[in-house]
Amino acid sequence: MTNIGVILTLIVIFGGLLWLLVRSISGREVDRRIIFLFIFVSVAAPIIFQITFKERATPVVEALFANIDGLPAGSKVLISFDFDPAMAPEVQPMANAMSRHCLEKGHKIVFMSLWATGQSLMTTTLSRVILPEFPEKVNGVDYVNVGYKAGNEGVLNVIVSDFKKMFPTDVNGVPLDSTQLFRDIRSCADLDLIIALGGGRPGPKEWVLFVGDPADVPVGVGVAAVVAPQLYPYFPQQIVGILGGVKGAAEYEQLLIATHDRFVDMETPGIDMMGPQTLAHVVIMAFIVIGNIAFFRSRSKGGSK
Amino acid sequence: MKRQVPLVLVLLFGLFMIFQYFVPHESSEWVYEFLLDWIYIIGIFALALGIWSLYVVSVDKVKTRKHDWGYSYVTLAGLFGMILFGFTARHGDEWGWYLIFVACVLLTVIMSVQAMAARINKGLPLGLAGLFLLGAVLIAVFDDTWSFYFYTQEGLQSTMFRAFFDYIMMPILATIFSLLAFFIASAAYRAFRARNLLASLLLIAALIVMMRFFPYFGENVGEFIARVSSWLMNVPNLAAQRAIIIGVGLGIVATALKVILGIERGYMGKG
Repeated sequence: MTNIGVILTLIVIFGGLLWLLVRSISGREVDRRIIFLFIFVSVAAPIIFQITFKERATPVVEALFANIDGLPAGSKVLISFDFDPAMAPEVQPMANAMSRHCLEKGHKIVFMSLWATGQSLMTTTLSRVILPEFPEKVNGVDYVNVGYKAGNEGVLNVIVSDFKKMFPTDVNGVPLDSTQLFRDIRSCADLDLIIALGGGRPGPKEWVLFVGDPADVPVGVGVAAVVAPQLYPYFPQQIVGILGGVKGAAEYEQLLIATHDRFVDMETPGIDMMGPQTLAHVVIMAFIVIGNIAFFRSRSKGGSK
Repeated sequence: MKRQVPLVLVLLFGLFMIFQYFVPHESSEWVYEFLLDWIYIIGIFALALGIWSLYVVSVDKVKTRKHDWGYSYVTLAGLFGMILFGFTARHGDEWGWYLIFVACVLLTVIMSVQAMAARINKGLPLGLAGLFLLGAVLIAVFDDTWSFYFYTQEGLQSTMFRAFFDYIMMPILATIFSLLAFFIASAAYRAFRARNLLASLLLIAALIVMMRFFPYFGENVGEFIARVSSWLMNVPNLAAQRAIIIGVGLGIVATALKVILGIERGYMGKG
């Protein structure tokens, strides 16, 4: 079914593109509704026929993976969910994959959020990934969810010197002082790694400026694809690794599956979403080429465009 | 006096925040953290003001029958509904009178909008609003199948809150974001054209960066494209991003100095 689906999809899309190319050579522009139709087919078909591709990790993703992998068991990792549902399809798979990786390596996780919407997305990761897949992990010992705190950079400014001043309790009202995980954590300087997930403000950049650099704690980031290029200046000195968009998530999932047998059958939304994304990119590239052919054709005819 | 006092306050606190950064003393940090607490206090008032403002604007839309005024009811129902769902959760599997309670609260809001928007006969909607409010209060007091939870895990795990968040808010926001794919494709077709040298360079760079997504190039070509794509991201992109970051940083410093010194007074409004 999948092979037939792939063949059918490719015939429909590339046949259609060829037809548009012929039209463009004859000097005719493509209507925007036809472009919309092609994008719809290129996104829908891989979802229907479950078309996926094997991912090869880029150095920025490998660096973050290696950083988490190389930390000794018992290291304290903070994961901040600074995103909203609009970014969730891109960023949530990263959150799930990195949470799995951290717990599998025996790291302790502190979950928090600087965005009000991040609180619910954090709950999703906890209830759909950690509780069912890591039933042996104990809240308060292996992970703590301290929830959302309003105040943006103000929160970071305080937790960099005193974490419990800003978060005296976890999300359930349990004092952090009474949790085993927080016995050795006074400030962010006591953490071994910070993973900032998001793409807006406050987000990864604020984590670097207000916590990573002042407290000298490594920061890894997972962001929406459109934000990733803006973070390259911080890599590798101030940011130890970058996961950009669905591709970043897919690469991380691929690395996780390749290195940990336990995760061979895990859910891989990042890899699953790369099918539609890859095909849509190919279609967009084809349209850019077709558009330029139409442009040069009209120019050679002396058209105004 | 009305202008001088804010200017002096901004000057004092602005200068303090600059110097505090360089004074690693306990008392300096205490004052700094005390000032940070004010952000929350102001934020809470701003939130209340924002909700009130949304309510007033919505009422005005209904009152003047502006374009799509009917959606104002949907906006307010969504706003108060989500607040309510976030603060309440049922104890077991029984719903009890919960849904009637929610309906009563929403009808109170709608009737209060009707009363504020009505030019004559405000009595009927006001009376109905009072009646529905009384019903909601009575249910809240006597129905023990659910409780109020103020900002706790129970509130966030509330069935209604999760359902609205997972099955309405998330798909809506994800859908709006996903629509970008269609518009980007259309825009790329129309705008990404090799009109001159700079446009051609941009076009080629974009195509190479996008080509790294294509998995069927084979080992050598794929490796080459990945390397070129990484170079594009790490050299030209990095240089441009660094220039932007430094430029923005200097701009922020200049604007902050203008505000502190009272040259930029836009924050005080027209007066």
